[in-house]
Amino acid sequence: MTPVIELQDVSYAYDIGPPALEHVSLTVAEGEFLGLVGPNGGGKSTLLRLVLGLLQPASGAVRVAGASPQESRRVIGYVPQYARFGREFPISVEDTVLLGRLGTTGLLGGYRVADREAARLAMTQTEVLDLRRRPLGSLSGGQLQRVLVARALACDPRILILDEPTANIDMRAETDIFDLFKALNQRMTIVVVSHDIGFISRYVTRVACLNRTLLCHQPVPIGSEVIERLYGMQMQLIPHNHAFEREAKT
Amino acid sequence: MSAFLDALALHAFLQHALAAGLLASIACGIVGSYVVVKRIGYLAGGVAHTALGGMGIAYFLGKSPIGGALVAALLAALIIGWVSLRFRQHEDTIIGALWAVGMAIGILFISRTPGYNVDLMSYLFGNILMVSRADLLLMAGLDGAIIALVAMFRRQFLAVCFDEEFARLRGVPVEVFYLGLLLIVALTVVILIQVVGLVLVIALLTLPAAIASQYARSLAAMMFAATLLGVTFTGAGLALSYEPDLPAGATIILLAGLAYLLSALGRAIWLRRRRTFALPNPTP
Repeated sequence: MTPVIELQDVSYAYDIGPPALEHVSLTVAEGEFLGLVGPNGGGKSTLLRLVLGLLQPASGAVRVAGASPQESRRVIGYVPQYARFGREFPISVEDTVLLGRLGTTGLLGGYRVADREAARLAMTQTEVLDLRRRPLGSLSGGQLQRVLVARALACDPRILILDEPTANIDMRAETDIFDLFKALNQRMTIVVVSHDIGFISRYVTRVACLNRTLLCHQPVPIGSEVIERLYGMQMQLIPHNHAFEREAKT
Repeated sequence: MSAFLDALALHAFLQHALAAGLLASIACGIVGSYVVVKRIGYLAGGVAHTALGGMGIAYFLGKSPIGGALVAALLAALIIGWVSLRFRQHEDTIIGALWAVGMAIGILFISRTPGYNVDLMSYLFGNILMVSRADLLLMAGLDGAIIALVAMFRRQFLAVCFDEEFARLRGVPVEVFYLGLLLIVALTVVILIQVVGLVLVIALLTLPAAIASQYARSLAAMMFAATLLGVTFTGAGLALSYEPDLPAGATIILLAGLAYLLSALGRAIWLRRRRTFALPNPTP
Protein backbone atom coordinates (compact mmCIF):
# COMPACT_ATOMS: atom_id res chain seq x y z
CA MET A 1 0.00 0.00 0.00
CA THR A 2 1.33 3.47 -0.88
CA PRO A 3 1.72 5.72 2.15
CA VAL A 4 0.02 9.12 1.65
CA ILE A 5 0.57 10.60 5.12
CA GLU A 6 3.75 9.92 7.08
CA LEU A 7 4.64 11.34 10.48
CA GLN A 8 8.06 10.33 11.79
CA ASP A 9 8.85 10.97 15.45
CA VAL A 10 6.91 14.24 15.42
CA SER A 11 6.77 16.49 18.49
CA TYR A 12 5.06 19.85 18.83
CA ALA A 13 4.56 22.36 21.67
CA TYR A 14 2.64 25.64 21.69
CA ASP A 15 4.20 28.76 23.26
CA ILE A 16 2.61 28.02 26.63
CA GLY A 17 1.57 24.77 28.27
CA PRO A 18 2.89 21.20 28.06
CA PRO A 19 3.85 19.61 24.71
CA ALA A 20 0.80 18.93 22.53
CA LEU A 21 2.45 15.98 20.76
CA GLU A 22 5.45 13.86 21.73
CA HIS A 23 7.29 11.46 19.40
CA VAL A 24 4.32 10.55 17.25
CA SER A 25 4.95 8.23 14.32
CA LEU A 26 2.04 7.30 12.09
CA THR A 27 1.61 6.20 8.49
CA VAL A 28 -1.68 6.37 6.62
CA ALA A 29 -1.90 4.29 3.47
CA GLU A 30 -3.70 5.24 0.26
CA GLY A 31 -7.40 4.33 0.50
CA GLU A 32 -7.51 4.05 4.27
CA PHE A 33 -10.31 5.48 6.42
CA LEU A 34 -8.54 6.40 9.64
CA GLY A 35 -10.39 7.46 12.77
CA LEU A 36 -8.37 9.64 15.13
CA VAL A 37 -9.69 9.51 18.70
CA GLY A 38 -8.56 10.81 22.04
CA PRO A 39 -9.47 13.12 24.92
CA ASN A 40 -9.77 16.92 24.66
CA GLY A 41 -6.30 18.45 24.54
CA GLY A 42 -4.87 15.13 23.39
CA GLY A 43 -3.34 16.69 20.27
CA LYS A 44 -5.78 15.48 17.59
CA SER A 45 -6.36 18.89 16.00
CA THR A 46 -2.65 19.73 16.36
CA LEU A 47 -1.77 16.56 14.44
CA LEU A 48 -4.20 17.52 11.65
CA ARG A 49 -2.78 21.05 11.49
CA LEU A 50 0.72 19.59 11.15
CA VAL A 51 -0.46 17.38 8.29
CA LEU A 52 -2.10 20.43 6.66
CA GLY A 53 1.12 22.43 7.00
CA LEU A 54 -0.53 25.06 9.19
CA LEU A 55 1.96 24.22 11.95
CA GLN A 56 5.62 23.21 11.72
CA PRO A 57 6.83 20.30 13.90
CA ALA A 58 9.36 21.17 16.62
CA SER A 59 11.10 17.92 15.72
CA GLY A 60 10.49 15.01 13.38
CA ALA A 61 9.16 15.07 9.83
CA VAL A 62 5.75 15.19 8.13
CA ARG A 63 5.28 14.06 4.52
CA VAL A 64 2.02 14.18 2.59
CA ALA A 65 1.69 12.50 -0.80
CA GLY A 66 5.47 12.20 -0.96
CA ALA A 67 6.14 15.92 -0.44
CA SER A 68 6.01 18.55 2.29
CA PRO A 69 2.53 19.42 3.61
CA GLN A 70 2.75 22.89 2.03
CA GLU A 71 3.52 21.43 -1.38
CA SER A 72 0.71 18.90 -1.08
CA ARG A 73 -2.07 21.24 0.07
CA ARG A 74 -3.78 21.09 -3.29
CA VAL A 75 -4.47 17.36 -3.00
CA ILE A 76 -6.06 17.78 0.44
CA GLY A 77 -9.68 18.60 1.17
CA TYR A 78 -10.21 19.92 4.70
CA VAL A 79 -13.32 20.32 6.83
CA PRO A 80 -12.65 22.30 10.03
CA GLN A 81 -14.14 21.59 13.45
CA TYR A 82 -15.82 25.00 13.58
CA ALA A 83 -16.78 27.38 10.81
CA ARG A 84 -14.08 30.03 10.92
CA PHE A 85 -16.27 32.72 9.36
CA GLY A 86 -19.17 34.86 10.49
CA ARG A 87 -22.56 33.32 9.65
CA GLU A 88 -23.76 36.75 8.51
CA PHE A 89 -21.11 36.96 5.75
CA PRO A 90 -22.91 37.79 2.48
CA ILE A 91 -22.15 34.64 0.49
CA SER A 92 -24.27 31.95 -1.13
CA VAL A 93 -23.83 28.19 -0.79
CA GLU A 94 -22.60 27.93 -4.39
CA ASP A 95 -20.00 30.69 -3.96
CA THR A 96 -18.78 29.01 -0.76
CA VAL A 97 -18.33 25.68 -2.52
CA LEU A 98 -16.61 27.39 -5.46
CA LEU A 99 -13.93 28.69 -3.07
CA GLY A 100 -12.81 25.06 -2.88
CA ARG A 101 -11.68 25.40 -6.51
CA LEU A 102 -9.04 28.01 -5.63
CA GLY A 103 -5.61 26.59 -6.28
CA THR A 104 -6.86 24.32 -9.05
CA THR A 105 -8.10 27.06 -11.36
CA GLY A 106 -6.61 30.18 -13.00
CA LEU A 107 -5.30 33.13 -10.98
CA LEU A 108 -7.17 36.00 -12.63
CA GLY A 109 -10.84 36.77 -13.15
CA GLY A 110 -13.83 34.57 -12.42
CA TYR A 111 -14.50 30.83 -12.34
CA ARG A 112 -14.47 28.66 -15.45
CA VAL A 113 -17.11 26.21 -16.66
CA ALA A 114 -15.04 23.29 -15.29
CA ASP A 115 -14.98 24.94 -11.85
CA ARG A 116 -18.76 25.37 -11.82
CA GLU A 117 -19.24 21.76 -12.92
CA ALA A 118 -16.90 20.49 -10.18
CA ALA A 119 -18.76 22.57 -7.59
CA ARG A 120 -22.10 21.28 -8.88
CA LEU A 121 -20.88 17.69 -8.61
CA ALA A 122 -19.67 18.27 -5.04
CA MET A 123 -23.02 19.85 -4.11
CA THR A 124 -24.87 16.91 -5.70
CA GLN A 125 -22.79 14.38 -3.75
CA THR A 126 -23.45 16.18 -0.49
CA GLU A 127 -27.12 16.79 -1.35
CA VAL A 128 -26.99 20.57 -1.09
CA LEU A 129 -27.58 21.39 -4.75
CA ASP A 130 -31.10 22.62 -3.98
CA LEU A 131 -29.64 25.04 -1.44
CA ARG A 132 -27.08 26.55 -3.83
CA ARG A 133 -28.74 29.98 -4.03
CA ARG A 134 -29.38 30.21 -0.29
CA PRO A 135 -27.26 32.57 1.86
CA LEU A 136 -24.93 30.64 4.14
CA GLY A 137 -26.39 32.33 7.22
CA SER A 138 -29.83 30.79 6.59
CA LEU A 139 -28.65 27.16 6.83
CA SER A 140 -29.07 24.74 9.73
CA GLY A 141 -26.00 23.22 11.42
CA GLY A 142 -26.30 19.98 9.42
CA GLN A 143 -26.78 21.80 6.11
CA LEU A 144 -23.76 24.03 6.81
CA GLN A 145 -21.64 20.99 7.60
CA ARG A 146 -22.61 19.42 4.27
CA VAL A 147 -21.69 22.66 2.49
CA LEU A 148 -18.26 22.62 4.16
CA VAL A 149 -17.80 19.01 3.03
CA ALA A 150 -18.84 20.05 -0.50
CA ARG A 151 -16.28 22.90 -0.39
CA ALA A 152 -13.59 20.36 0.58
CA LEU A 153 -14.66 17.99 -2.22
CA ALA A 154 -14.78 20.69 -4.91
CA CYS A 155 -11.05 20.32 -5.62
CA ASP A 156 -11.47 16.54 -6.09
CA PRO A 157 -8.97 15.80 -3.30
CA ARG A 158 -6.83 12.68 -2.91
CA ILE A 159 -6.98 13.00 0.88
CA LEU A 160 -9.99 14.23 2.88
CA ILE A 161 -9.25 15.47 6.41
CA LEU A 162 -12.15 16.14 8.77
CA ASP A 163 -11.83 17.60 12.27
CA GLU A 164 -14.90 16.51 14.26
CA PRO A 165 -17.18 17.12 11.28
CA THR A 166 -20.34 16.15 13.15
CA ALA A 167 -19.66 17.93 16.46
CA ASN A 168 -22.56 20.36 16.13
CA ILE A 169 -25.23 18.32 14.40
CA ASP A 170 -27.87 15.81 15.41
CA MET A 171 -27.40 12.01 15.27
CA ARG A 172 -29.48 11.46 12.13
CA ALA A 173 -27.39 13.98 10.19
CA GLU A 174 -24.24 12.41 11.68
CA THR A 175 -25.13 9.00 10.25
CA ASP A 176 -26.00 10.52 6.85
CA ILE A 177 -22.67 12.35 6.71
CA PHE A 178 -20.64 9.28 7.72
CA ASP A 179 -22.48 7.21 5.11
CA LEU A 180 -21.32 9.81 2.59
CA PHE A 181 -17.73 9.55 3.87
CA LYS A 182 -17.87 5.77 3.54
CA ALA A 183 -18.92 6.16 -0.10
CA LEU A 184 -16.19 8.75 -0.73
CA ASN A 185 -13.62 6.40 0.78
CA GLN A 186 -13.97 4.29 -2.38
CA ARG A 187 -11.88 6.92 -4.19
CA MET A 188 -9.99 8.90 -1.52
CA THR A 189 -8.09 8.48 1.74
CA ILE A 190 -9.98 9.84 4.73
CA VAL A 191 -8.75 10.91 8.16
CA VAL A 192 -11.47 11.87 10.63
CA VAL A 193 -11.24 13.12 14.20
CA SER A 194 -14.10 12.01 16.43
CA HIS A 195 -14.99 11.53 20.08
CA ASP A 196 -17.50 8.77 19.43
CA ILE A 197 -15.29 5.70 19.08
CA GLY A 198 -18.22 3.30 19.11
CA PHE A 199 -19.97 5.15 16.32
CA ILE A 200 -17.02 5.65 13.97
CA SER A 201 -15.89 2.04 14.46
CA ARG A 202 -18.60 1.03 12.00
CA TYR A 203 -17.11 3.20 9.29
CA VAL A 204 -13.32 3.42 9.67
CA THR A 205 -10.77 0.78 8.71
CA ARG A 206 -8.35 1.71 11.50
CA VAL A 207 -8.39 3.73 14.70
CA ALA A 208 -5.46 5.78 16.00
CA CYS A 209 -5.69 6.65 19.69
CA LEU A 210 -3.88 9.85 20.59
CA ASN A 211 -3.20 11.42 23.96
CA ARG A 212 -0.06 13.49 23.37
CA THR A 213 1.60 10.27 22.26
CA LEU A 214 0.17 7.70 19.92
CA LEU A 215 -1.16 4.96 22.21
CA CYS A 216 -2.21 2.61 19.48
CA HIS A 217 -3.20 2.39 15.87
CA GLN A 218 -4.95 -0.80 15.05
CA PRO A 219 -7.82 -2.15 13.02
CA VAL A 220 -11.22 -1.81 14.66
CA PRO A 221 -12.74 -2.91 16.97
CA ILE A 222 -10.86 -1.60 20.00
CA GLY A 223 -11.64 -2.71 23.52
CA SER A 224 -12.21 -1.18 26.95
CA GLU A 225 -8.56 -1.65 27.90
CA VAL A 226 -7.39 0.70 25.14
CA ILE A 227 -10.05 3.25 26.03
CA GLU A 228 -8.90 3.19 29.66
CA ARG A 229 -5.30 3.82 28.61
CA LEU A 230 -6.45 6.61 26.33
CA TYR A 231 -8.61 8.52 28.77
CA GLY A 232 -6.63 7.63 31.90
CA MET A 233 -9.61 6.32 33.88
CA GLN A 234 -11.72 3.22 34.15
CA MET A 235 -14.06 3.02 31.19
CA GLN A 236 -16.54 0.54 29.86
CA LEU A 237 -17.25 0.28 26.16
CA ILE A 238 -20.99 0.02 25.57
CA PRO A 239 -21.94 -1.04 22.05
CA HIS A 240 -24.73 1.25 20.90
CA ASN A 241 -26.83 2.31 17.98
CA HIS A 242 -28.29 5.77 17.65
CA ALA A 243 -31.88 5.88 18.85
CA PHE A 244 -33.53 6.76 15.54
CA GLU A 245 -31.75 3.83 13.87
CA ARG A 246 -33.30 1.42 16.37
CA GLU A 247 -36.67 3.03 15.69
CA ALA A 248 -36.15 2.56 11.98
CA LYS A 249 -35.33 -1.12 12.44
CA THR A 250 -38.40 -1.92 14.57
CA MET B 1 -34.52 71.78 -2.92
CA SER B 2 -35.44 73.75 -6.06
CA ALA B 3 -32.85 76.39 -5.14
CA PHE B 4 -30.22 73.61 -4.98
CA LEU B 5 -31.26 72.25 -8.37
CA ASP B 6 -31.16 75.73 -9.91
CA ALA B 7 -27.72 76.34 -8.44
CA LEU B 8 -26.56 72.90 -9.63
CA ALA B 9 -27.40 73.85 -13.20
CA LEU B 10 -25.50 77.13 -12.86
CA HIS B 11 -22.42 76.47 -10.74
CA ALA B 12 -19.54 74.26 -11.75
CA PHE B 13 -18.38 73.88 -8.12
CA LEU B 14 -21.67 72.15 -7.23
CA GLN B 15 -21.44 69.88 -10.26
CA HIS B 16 -17.88 69.02 -9.22
CA ALA B 17 -19.09 68.34 -5.67
CA LEU B 18 -21.78 65.98 -6.92
CA ALA B 19 -19.31 64.21 -9.21
CA ALA B 20 -16.85 63.93 -6.31
CA GLY B 21 -19.60 62.38 -4.20
CA LEU B 22 -20.27 59.83 -6.93
CA LEU B 23 -16.59 58.97 -7.43
CA ALA B 24 -15.91 58.79 -3.67
CA SER B 25 -18.96 56.56 -3.27
CA ILE B 26 -17.67 54.10 -5.88
CA ALA B 27 -14.28 53.75 -4.14
CA CYS B 28 -15.85 53.62 -0.69
CA GLY B 29 -18.64 51.26 -1.76
CA ILE B 30 -16.16 48.68 -3.05
CA VAL B 31 -13.35 49.07 -0.51
CA GLY B 32 -15.82 49.74 2.33
CA SER B 33 -17.56 46.41 1.70
CA TYR B 34 -14.27 44.61 2.29
CA VAL B 35 -13.65 46.77 5.38
CA VAL B 36 -17.06 45.84 6.83
CA VAL B 37 -17.04 42.08 6.09
CA LYS B 38 -13.41 41.74 7.22
CA ARG B 39 -14.26 43.87 10.27
CA ILE B 40 -11.28 46.17 9.84
CA GLY B 41 -13.11 49.50 10.31
CA TYR B 42 -10.91 50.33 13.31
CA LEU B 43 -7.85 49.48 11.24
CA ALA B 44 -9.01 51.82 8.43
CA GLY B 45 -9.54 54.55 11.05
CA GLY B 46 -6.00 54.01 12.33
CA VAL B 47 -4.55 54.27 8.82
CA ALA B 48 -6.57 57.44 8.10
CA HIS B 49 -5.45 59.19 11.28
CA THR B 50 -1.82 58.17 10.79
CA ALA B 51 -2.00 59.90 7.39
CA LEU B 52 -2.48 63.19 9.25
CA GLY B 53 0.95 62.73 10.83
CA GLY B 54 2.52 62.35 7.40
CA MET B 55 0.72 65.46 6.18
CA GLY B 56 2.00 67.50 9.15
CA ILE B 57 5.62 66.43 8.59
CA ALA B 58 5.35 67.17 4.85
CA TYR B 59 3.94 70.65 5.57
CA PHE B 60 6.74 71.34 8.03
CA LEU B 61 9.37 70.29 5.48
CA GLY B 62 7.69 72.26 2.71
CA LYS B 63 6.83 69.15 0.72
CA SER B 64 3.55 67.98 -0.82
CA PRO B 65 1.07 67.10 1.96
CA ILE B 66 -0.57 64.39 -0.15
CA GLY B 67 2.85 62.77 -0.60
CA GLY B 68 3.42 62.81 3.16
CA ALA B 69 -0.04 61.40 3.80
CA LEU B 70 0.52 58.64 1.22
CA VAL B 71 3.85 57.55 2.73
CA ALA B 72 2.45 57.60 6.29
CA ALA B 73 -0.77 55.75 5.37
CA LEU B 74 0.98 53.04 3.35
CA LEU B 75 3.55 52.59 6.13
CA ALA B 76 0.79 52.40 8.76
CA ALA B 77 -1.12 49.84 6.67
CA LEU B 78 1.98 47.65 6.36
CA ILE B 79 2.86 47.91 10.07
CA ILE B 80 -0.70 47.18 11.24
CA GLY B 81 -1.06 44.40 8.68
CA TRP B 82 2.20 42.76 9.71
CA VAL B 83 1.33 42.94 13.41
CA SER B 84 -2.15 41.61 12.65
CA LEU B 85 -0.77 38.63 10.73
CA ARG B 86 1.98 37.79 13.23
CA PHE B 87 0.59 38.85 16.63
CA ARG B 88 -3.18 39.18 16.25
CA GLN B 89 -3.68 39.74 19.98
CA HIS B 90 -1.71 43.02 19.76
CA GLU B 91 -3.57 44.39 16.72
CA ASP B 92 -5.87 46.72 18.70
CA THR B 93 -2.95 48.15 20.67
CA ILE B 94 -0.84 48.96 17.62
CA ILE B 95 -3.82 50.55 15.82
CA GLY B 96 -4.66 52.69 18.86
CA ALA B 97 -1.02 53.73 19.22
CA LEU B 98 -0.61 54.68 15.54
CA TRP B 99 -4.00 56.46 15.57
CA ALA B 100 -3.08 58.69 18.52
CA VAL B 101 0.59 59.20 17.65
CA GLY B 102 -0.24 59.99 14.00
CA MET B 103 -2.69 62.71 14.96
CA ALA B 104 -0.34 64.12 17.61
CA ILE B 105 2.54 64.31 15.11
CA GLY B 106 0.26 65.99 12.56
CA ILE B 107 -0.95 68.65 14.99
CA LEU B 108 2.55 69.25 16.38
CA PHE B 109 4.21 69.71 13.00
CA ILE B 110 1.38 71.80 11.54
CA SER B 111 1.46 74.10 14.57
CA ARG B 112 5.24 74.51 14.14
CA THR B 113 5.05 75.17 10.40
CA PRO B 114 6.18 78.74 9.83
CA GLY B 115 3.94 81.16 7.95
CA TYR B 116 0.34 80.45 7.06
CA ASN B 117 -1.18 77.97 9.48
CA VAL B 118 -3.17 75.14 7.91
CA ASP B 119 -6.78 74.77 8.99
CA LEU B 120 -6.95 71.30 10.56
CA MET B 121 -10.74 71.28 10.19
CA SER B 122 -10.34 71.19 6.41
CA TYR B 123 -8.53 67.86 6.73
CA LEU B 124 -10.94 66.43 9.25
CA PHE B 125 -14.13 67.34 7.38
CA GLY B 126 -12.72 68.35 3.97
CA ASN B 127 -14.51 70.67 1.63
CA ILE B 128 -16.39 68.86 -1.05
CA LEU B 129 -17.46 72.20 -2.54
CA MET B 130 -13.82 73.05 -3.41
CA VAL B 131 -13.13 69.96 -5.52
CA SER B 132 -11.20 70.82 -8.68
CA ARG B 133 -11.24 69.13 -12.06
CA ALA B 134 -7.80 67.67 -11.31
CA ASP B 135 -9.15 66.16 -8.07
CA LEU B 136 -11.99 64.55 -10.03
CA LEU B 137 -9.54 63.03 -12.50
CA LEU B 138 -7.43 61.68 -9.63
CA MET B 139 -10.51 60.11 -8.02
CA ALA B 140 -11.64 58.65 -11.35
CA GLY B 141 -8.16 57.11 -11.73
CA LEU B 142 -8.40 55.64 -8.22
CA ASP B 143 -11.83 54.19 -8.96
CA GLY B 144 -10.51 52.66 -12.19
CA ALA B 145 -7.54 51.08 -10.40
CA ILE B 146 -9.73 49.69 -7.60
CA ILE B 147 -12.30 48.24 -10.02
CA ALA B 148 -9.53 46.64 -12.12
CA LEU B 149 -7.80 45.08 -9.07
CA VAL B 150 -11.03 43.79 -7.59
CA ALA B 151 -12.18 42.38 -10.94
CA MET B 152 -8.86 40.55 -11.38
CA PHE B 153 -8.51 39.16 -7.85
CA ARG B 154 -12.09 39.11 -6.54
CA ARG B 155 -11.97 35.39 -5.67
CA GLN B 156 -8.75 35.75 -3.70
CA PHE B 157 -9.99 38.85 -1.83
CA LEU B 158 -13.27 37.07 -1.09
CA ALA B 159 -11.43 33.98 0.20
CA VAL B 160 -9.13 36.05 2.44
CA CYS B 161 -12.06 38.06 3.87
CA PHE B 162 -14.30 35.00 4.30
CA ASP B 163 -12.00 32.30 5.68
CA GLU B 164 -8.28 33.06 5.90
CA GLU B 165 -7.30 29.56 6.97
CA PHE B 166 -9.15 27.85 4.13
CA ALA B 167 -7.71 30.38 1.65
CA ARG B 168 -4.21 29.49 2.88
CA LEU B 169 -4.94 25.77 2.46
CA ARG B 170 -6.06 26.37 -1.12
CA GLY B 171 -2.69 27.95 -1.90
CA VAL B 172 -3.82 31.59 -1.82
CA PRO B 173 -0.93 33.79 -0.59
CA VAL B 174 -3.01 35.20 2.27
CA GLU B 175 -0.34 37.63 3.50
CA VAL B 176 0.02 39.19 0.04
CA PHE B 177 -3.72 39.69 -0.47
CA TYR B 178 -4.37 40.86 3.10
CA LEU B 179 -1.58 43.44 2.92
CA GLY B 180 -2.72 44.33 -0.62
CA LEU B 181 -6.22 44.97 0.70
CA LEU B 182 -4.85 47.20 3.45
CA LEU B 183 -2.76 49.14 0.92
CA ILE B 184 -5.88 49.69 -1.22
CA VAL B 185 -7.68 50.94 1.91
CA ALA B 186 -4.75 53.30 2.63
CA LEU B 187 -4.68 54.59 -0.95
CA THR B 188 -8.43 55.20 -0.92
CA VAL B 189 -8.24 57.02 2.39
CA VAL B 190 -5.38 59.30 1.32
CA ILE B 191 -6.83 60.35 -2.00
CA LEU B 192 -10.26 60.99 -0.54
CA ILE B 193 -9.01 62.86 2.55
CA GLN B 194 -8.05 65.83 0.40
CA VAL B 195 -11.45 65.90 -1.17
CA VAL B 196 -13.97 64.95 1.46
CA GLY B 197 -11.93 64.97 4.70
CA LEU B 198 -10.73 62.29 7.07
CA VAL B 199 -14.00 61.86 8.97
CA LEU B 200 -16.15 61.64 5.82
CA VAL B 201 -13.80 59.02 4.36
CA ILE B 202 -14.28 56.80 7.41
CA ALA B 203 -18.03 57.47 7.37
CA LEU B 204 -18.33 56.65 3.64
CA LEU B 205 -16.11 53.58 4.04
CA THR B 206 -18.18 52.06 6.80
CA LEU B 207 -21.77 53.36 6.97
CA PRO B 208 -23.13 52.63 3.44
CA ALA B 209 -21.45 49.19 3.44
CA ALA B 210 -22.74 48.45 6.93
CA ILE B 211 -26.30 49.26 5.84
CA ALA B 212 -25.88 47.21 2.66
CA SER B 213 -24.54 44.24 4.65
CA GLN B 214 -27.89 43.97 6.46
CA TYR B 215 -29.67 43.13 3.20
CA ALA B 216 -27.12 41.95 0.60
CA ARG B 217 -26.79 38.24 -0.24
CA SER B 218 -23.43 38.53 -1.96
CA LEU B 219 -20.34 40.70 -1.71
CA ALA B 220 -20.91 42.08 -5.23
CA ALA B 221 -24.49 43.06 -4.35
CA MET B 222 -23.20 44.64 -1.14
CA MET B 223 -20.66 46.72 -3.10
CA PHE B 224 -23.32 47.86 -5.56
CA ALA B 225 -25.82 48.76 -2.82
CA ALA B 226 -23.13 50.53 -0.74
CA THR B 227 -22.15 52.62 -3.78
CA LEU B 228 -25.78 53.58 -4.45
CA LEU B 229 -26.27 54.49 -0.78
CA GLY B 230 -23.07 56.57 -0.82
CA VAL B 231 -24.27 58.47 -3.90
CA THR B 232 -27.65 59.05 -2.22
CA PHE B 233 -26.10 60.31 1.01
CA THR B 234 -23.62 62.64 -0.70
CA GLY B 235 -26.28 63.99 -3.10
CA ALA B 236 -28.91 64.45 -0.40
CA GLY B 237 -26.34 65.89 2.01
CA LEU B 238 -25.25 68.48 -0.54
CA ALA B 239 -28.87 69.42 -1.27
CA LEU B 240 -29.83 69.65 2.42
CA SER B 241 -26.81 71.71 3.38
CA TYR B 242 -27.00 74.16 0.47
CA GLU B 243 -29.78 76.56 1.49
CA PRO B 244 -29.11 76.75 5.26
CA ASP B 245 -25.37 77.01 4.39
CA LEU B 246 -24.39 74.07 6.61
CA PRO B 247 -21.00 72.30 6.30
CA ALA B 248 -21.61 69.76 3.49
CA GLY B 249 -19.27 67.06 4.81
CA ALA B 250 -20.78 67.04 8.29
CA THR B 251 -24.33 66.99 6.84
CA ILE B 252 -23.48 63.97 4.66
CA ILE B 253 -22.00 62.12 7.66
CA LEU B 254 -25.03 62.84 9.85
CA LEU B 255 -27.39 61.69 7.11
CA ALA B 256 -25.46 58.42 6.66
CA GLY B 257 -25.31 57.89 10.43
CA LEU B 258 -29.05 58.47 10.80
CA ALA B 259 -29.81 56.07 7.94
CA TYR B 260 -27.61 53.40 9.54
CA LEU B 261 -29.35 53.83 12.89
CA LEU B 262 -32.82 53.63 11.33
CA SER B 263 -31.85 50.61 9.21
CA ALA B 264 -30.35 48.71 12.16
CA LEU B 265 -33.36 49.54 14.33
CA GLY B 266 -35.87 48.62 11.60
CA ARG B 267 -34.11 45.34 10.91
CA ALA B 268 -33.97 44.42 14.60
CA ILE B 269 -37.73 45.04 14.95
CA TRP B 270 -38.48 43.08 11.76
CA LEU B 271 -36.36 40.12 12.92
CA ARG B 272 -38.03 40.11 16.35
CA ARG B 273 -41.50 40.15 14.77
CA ARG B 274 -40.57 37.36 12.37
CA ARG B 275 -39.33 35.21 15.27
CA THR B 276 -42.52 35.91 17.23
CA PHE B 277 -44.78 34.95 14.32
CA ALA B 278 -42.68 31.85 13.60
CA LEU B 279 -43.34 30.48 17.11
CA PRO B 280 -46.25 28.02 17.35
CA ASN B 281 -49.33 29.19 19.25
CA PRO B 282 -49.30 27.96 22.85
CA THR B 283 -51.84 25.18 23.38
CA PRO B 284 -54.51 26.02 25.97
